[in-house]
Amino acid sequence: MTMFGYRLPMMTSLILWAVLWELVGHTEAGFILPPLSKIVMRMGEILPTPSFAEALLITGRSFLTGVGIAVLAGVPIGILMGRSIIADRLLLPWVNLFLSAPLSALVPVIMVLFGLGEATIILTVTLFAIWIIVLNARVGVRSISPSLVEMAQSFGASRWQAFSKVYVWAALPEILAGVRLGVIRAVKGVVIGQLLVSVVGFGTLFEIYSSHFLMEHFWALLLVLFAFAFALNEGMAWLERKVQYYAASRA
Amino acid sequence: MIASLANVAPHPGTAAQGSAIVSVRNIKKTYPGGVEALSGITLDFPEGQLTTLLGPSGCGKTTLLKIIAGLLPATSGEVLVGGRTVTGPGPERSFVFQDFALMPWASVLRNVAFGLELRGVRKSEREAIAVGHIAKVGLKGFEYKYPHELSGGMRQRVGLARALAVDSAVIMMDEPFSAVDEQTRRKFQEDLLGLIANEKKTFLFVTHSIEEAVYVSDRIVLLSRRPSRVSTIIEPKLDRSGDPEGIRRDPAYLDAVEGIWQSLKKYLD
Ligand SMILES: Nc1ncnc2c1ncn2[C@@H]1O[C@H](COP(=O)(O)OP(=O)(O)O)[C@@H](O)[C@H]1O
Ligand SMILES: [Mg+2]
Repeated sequence: MTMFGYRLPMMTSLILWAVLWELVGHTEAGFILPPLSKIVMRMGEILPTPSFAEALLITGRSFLTGVGIAVLAGVPIGILMGRSIIADRLLLPWVNLFLSAPLSALVPVIMVLFGLGEATIILTVTLFAIWIIVLNARVGVRSISPSLVEMAQSFGASRWQAFSKVYVWAALPEILAGVRLGVIRAVKGVVIGQLLVSVVGFGTLFEIYSSHFLMEHFWALLLVLFAFAFALNEGMAWLERKVQYYAASRA
Repeated sequence: MIASLANVAPHPGTAAQGSAIVSVRNIKKTYPGGVEALSGITLDFPEGQLTTLLGPSGCGKTTLLKIIAGLLPATSGEVLVGGRTVTGPGPERSFVFQDFALMPWASVLRNVAFGLELRGVRKSEREAIAVGHIAKVGLKGFEYKYPHELSGGMRQRVGLARALAVDSAVIMMDEPFSAVDEQTRRKFQEDLLGLIANEKKTFLFVTHSIEEAVYVSDRIVLLSRRPSRVSTIIEPKLDRSGDPEGIRRDPAYLDAVEGIWQSLKKYLD
């Protein structure tokens, strides 16, 4: 970032915003946006509590399960679509539809079908994450060099061998990019799911905090979630960079 | 199995010594979209020899080789390998790809052993076999390197070792040296002659370089411009017993290069 001709490090802008937040917090608006310092202190207070630990456990569990389902189902479906024109024609319109659809609107439907519990949260996570994973796996497979496909064929690979030993690996850079984007969407899914269900995990806490107008608690929890999402994204990006060398060497 | 082909009339102009292990019968190929790549190719590939398909770029060499490999269906006609009609890839044929087609996520060792891995050969066994072939193509010590750590020439040596490792009777090479720089290519051509002499295999080689064709081949099949037909078959008859560099100064080598150049010239106008 540059400002008035000066290069500013990434942190500068963060500090600037933090200071601004702190100042706004001490004005009238502190009513809805408490000062950052107080929120951070509240964070230290909330994090060690059992209700937070429980919410974290439930959230983490439904998040990982939902993402797991999205990956295990999404990658094979995407690969199938990339390899089979029929599957592609059949599924692509749906994938594109769900990719851009306002999925939050579907959560009440899931709620009706699966109740106000973890199952609904898990499915919401999957619903949010899976489409971009499918689409990226499909793109990955379509960009595999034709000669690698012919190589597998000519050395006698069965369909399963070609899938598990060649296609998945050859498409790995795109698949991982899809999983990273899916994970980011899954964070939205898990939060929206819990907010709507509101009796599970962080949803309960958000419900309590907002109904009692505990804005410092509310913001503290939000910041924690933001930090988690950021860390997840960075972790995935790191994993992606590890396979970049062969994405470049595929030609 | 191969003897049954002995009574098949050879293609006019074919001085077939030894029986044909691969026979191409009236193969035609028209690509969807209407490009007619091959218009009736009939050709025999004698067992134990290196036969080269030579022709200008775009004349259908790769097309023909892929049809023989069973990677591409012909529009009509038939390919026999060891007397049996080809319907797809088979263990008696292996392929060396123009762009190497190595798996970038796998080590040299795993790439070379891949054909055996697909056949379900035990890991220790297939790796022992692969190590032998890696040494044979001159890559000893590179077993645990990855393709992106190797030069183009070395990558193609891996591709060759992979084809050798499955011990097929027929090895098909589609312009294996075209993505390799000139000095490396010469060295590779010389090494290839050594390998061929030791392996009792049939090689089907594709190139658009006249010098390369004459240097490595027992027989050269000249293909005309698309839609391709066999125009001439040439047998260079070089003495390959001596120094591999010496071949390039052999009058027979120079005559063959000149002869092919004269017959290809007429297609250029
Ligand atoms: N998949 C394809 N679809 C349509 N035309 C093709 C396809 N592959 C090759 N061709 C055409 O067929 C002709 C022969 O191609 P190819 O066998 O690759 O030639 P060569 O290997 O001799 O350079 C070329 O004109 C090429 O453009
Ligand atoms: Mg070609």
